[in-house]
Amino acid sequence: MKPVNVVEGRCVPLERSDVDTDQIIPSDWLKRVERTGFGRGLFSEWRDDPEFVLNQPDFVGATIMSAGPRFGIGSSREHAVWALMDFGFQAIIAPSFGDIFQNNAAKQGLVIVQLGADDVEELTSLVKLEPARLVVVDVVHLRVEVPEAGWQRDFTLDPMTQQRLLNGWDDIGLTERREDAITTYESSSVAPTLEGIFDDAGHVR
Amino acid sequence: MAGRTVFDKIWEEHVVASPEGEPTLLYIDLHLVHEVTSPQAFDGLRLNGRTVRRPDRTLATADHNVPTDPLSTPVNDPISRRQLEALDENCAQFGITLFPRGHENQGIVHVIGPELGVTQPGMTIVCGDSHTSTHGAFGSLAFGIGTSEVEHVLATQTLPQQRAKSMSVTVKGIAPEGVSAKDIALAIVGRLGTGGGTGHVIEYRGEAIRALSMEGRMTVCNMSIEAGARAGLVAVDDTTIDYLRGRPGVPEGEEFEVAATRWRTFTSDDDAHFDVEVELDAADLVPFVTWGTNPAQVVALNGVVPTPDTMSDPDQREATERALAYMDLTPGTVVRDIPVDVVFIGSCTNSRIEDLRAAAAVAIGHHVANHVRALVVPGSHRVKKQAEDEGLDKIFTDAGFEWREPGCSMCLGMNPDTLKPGQRCASTSNRNFEGRQGRGGRTHLVSPVVAAATAIQGHFSSPGELSS
Repeated sequence: MKPVNVVEGRCVPLERSDVDTDQIIPSDWLKRVERTGFGRGLFSEWRDDPEFVLNQPDFVGATIMSAGPRFGIGSSREHAVWALMDFGFQAIIAPSFGDIFQNNAAKQGLVIVQLGADDVEELTSLVKLEPARLVVVDVVHLRVEVPEAGWQRDFTLDPMTQQRLLNGWDDIGLTERREDAITTYESSSVAPTLEGIFDDAGHVR
Repeated sequence: MAGRTVFDKIWEEHVVASPEGEPTLLYIDLHLVHEVTSPQAFDGLRLNGRTVRRPDRTLATADHNVPTDPLSTPVNDPISRRQLEALDENCAQFGITLFPRGHENQGIVHVIGPELGVTQPGMTIVCGDSHTSTHGAFGSLAFGIGTSEVEHVLATQTLPQQRAKSMSVTVKGIAPEGVSAKDIALAIVGRLGTGGGTGHVIEYRGEAIRALSMEGRMTVCNMSIEAGARAGLVAVDDTTIDYLRGRPGVPEGEEFEVAATRWRTFTSDDDAHFDVEVELDAADLVPFVTWGTNPAQVVALNGVVPTPDTMSDPDQREATERALAYMDLTPGTVVRDIPVDVVFIGSCTNSRIEDLRAAAAVAIGHHVANHVRALVVPGSHRVKKQAEDEGLDKIFTDAGFEWREPGCSMCLGMNPDTLKPGQRCASTSNRNFEGRQGRGGRTHLVSPVVAAATAIQGHFSSPGELSS
């Protein structure tokens, strides 16, 4: 994954709560075996509506999205993160997130910014008033800013997620450093394996 | 030493490494794989010259996009077909046991693990599917993961994990007649809300949970994610052990008793501490129906559609108005008066033999209303065969239900089983999100018996309302 230090750009306010991953990318798009090209399916059930905020010219090219509480709940589909990133988003700001979505985002380098509900509302008001305003998500200093409005808020990330974002570390590579520990663990594990249950054709022996 | 929860015990047994300042590296005993969330993970392995570390801890099945038409019908959708072929190729290349479409062991991934006895107490189980929590019914720690994590487990058989908090959800007393495991699940999600379980592993406790069969416990654990919790579980007891005895994946004879003795340790100690404790009284439970577009928007079957005007929280009012508009419902409408177009009995929530028996017992001697299409989709070929051995298929088809091949089907509409725009469906599945069962479709979540009675009456109904 690519390192992320700072995300800058317009912020599109999606003023909805409980945006589930079925809305972010409907299941029809999940049949594909590729990892790219999901941006076209992003919020596809809502994009027909010309009033939908992503269709408003003011917010074209936005790199940041703000949303209501519990963004990314529901299905584990990582396609939701792929779709947001393929569309151009690099950071999502909301009061809370679905657990699996948040994990998936971290693996792909999509920055998850958790702010208080009041702070998200303030940010939303600022960008609705003046959509062209630059919004900055600084992963180094863990800060969100609207410089022109003199508005800034701190946020937290667990130190490992922050380091992974800043360095673009590959999780599997990090785990492979623990090869000895894994082998040692396996030698004493009592959990059964599938060995001997099925024949080569998958039938129970 | 303070008492430990089931979650504590499983977690502590699976720690591979806990380096300072990093998440714990957790060992995964069983990795279940299906066609939708795995192709990009296998590609990642190939791209980086990696392999599958433990094919003997990895099991694959086709379920999400398989058609439920007769097996002689080809997979007509080329994109679905390509995805199923990719699963075949990936499992062959990496030496993973696969149950493809039509195989005697094929079915919904969360149905086949338990019925084959490969889901066992005390295990860590993951799958690229949020309903992996289902397996927690066996006193295991089971949770859904994304595709990057699928790749991680394939390559290393481990996952870096932050330790979740623990939550107990106790359902006190015995549920009244007519209240099923699904109603318990809907009551819990309604109580916790869609985010109430976020960051937690739920342990379901109490007399009403203990009284449930394994199928019922799976239904309750299945919907943990609908309350935001990645995992939900039930402590091991006689019901767990009795279900497992004789299954293909468990040992026999003396070895089984040895395993069972170990399994019985996966109960929470009397003085175990939970970070959050929630209690429900089973006596308050009734059959439930969801009215909105998230699974916490629950109302009694005997109730009415809620009225946003009376809500003080403006966000909740707006979300309610939006949901009512999508669902095309008027506040104050009597739920039992709402007509449906489609009834779906199936999904990893409610497609096991007990669910089909319950629905068939309602359907017998009746007929599906003229304007309703009703589908029964067994969770697996094994469930289908058992149901057919018991004559349930005949009861369903005589009553005008379609009896189909196993798969995820209309729960998420990745195969041809979808709602048309504007259609209203009573569904035994787990999510009523906008468009979940097909673009523009309207989903109401219900139990199998309510689904069956609704199919017959043509509007929301319960078995008691049917003439005998």
